Amino acid sequence: MTAHTKHASFEYLTTRKDELVGWARKFSLFPYPFVTACCAMEFMAVSASAYDTDRFGAALPRFSPRQADLLMVVGTVTQKQAPILLKVYEQMCEPKWVMAFGVCATSGGFYQNYASLPGIDRIIPVDVYVPGCPPRPEMVIDGIMRLQETIARGKHRIINDTF
Amino acid sequence: MLALAGRLKSEFAFDLFLDVTAVDWPGAPLRFEVVHHFYSTVHKVRVRVKQRVREAEPVVDSLVSLYGSAGYMERECHDMYGIRFRGNDDLRPILLYEGFQGHPLRKDYPKQLEQPLVPYRPPQRALEREL
Repeated sequence: MTAHTKHASFEYLTTRKDELVGWARKFSLFPYPFVTACCAMEFMAVSASAYDTDRFGAALPRFSPRQADLLMVVGTVTQKQAPILLKVYEQMCEPKWVMAFGVCATSGGFYQNYASLPGIDRIIPVDVYVPGCPPRPEMVIDGIMRLQETIARGKHRIINDTF
Repeated sequence: MLALAGRLKSEFAFDLFLDVTAVDWPGAPLRFEVVHHFYSTVHKVRVRVKQRVREAEPVVDSLVSLYGSAGYMERECHDMYGIRFRGNDDLRPILLYEGFQGHPLRKDYPKQLEQPLVPYRPPQRALEREL
């Protein structure tokens, strides 16, 4: 490191850049709903006016994975669907986060058989699990807020020597 | 079976093919029971036809020549029980996928056996990864 002159106002920014980027990112989650089953009803309830995920900066579902940064897997994923989910995940740009919405996406739930995937974390990394069959809207909002905390706390690779 | 269904259709007006499925009776000399359901929209009557086949040769007549809709249900029955249908030359998997071994609704299929299409990844503590 080369020595440099300190400028008080800028110095705050340079030491808390992670926090700044995290703060910006946590309020601009664009979810992509990968909706496969009955939890979809609960997803609609939590996105619509009464509970409204928009209040938490997780609004505006993008129906293209390329424009989204939060993959919400809502419902049971079967073995036959797993390649599709993997392809959707791989199409998303970094940074990306995954929420397992409901018990089927979390662990397979009561489906322990030939047909269904025992939790989407068998094929893609998951950042936040929301159990429940279906989860209450409050639980989903809690999950979003916990994800936001994680994003705010996290290290953001965008931070480097040139920024 | 084909002759019987032909008579049901032409003489008794069973014009709607509802379903074909199977029952597995493990240990029985004729292990599989293939069950056809028909409905007559004229007489408002249902009829159920059962036939037993051996495990070594689970073959019954296909009804595709009489009812076009039988094709999908015969494919499903073939997926789940491994029943073959004489005369249906399109028994590709319909609910299962290519490469699936065995027939999951047979009683001897292991209850928790999974045949993943995507290889499972090792468990990861996702919350600790770098962004």
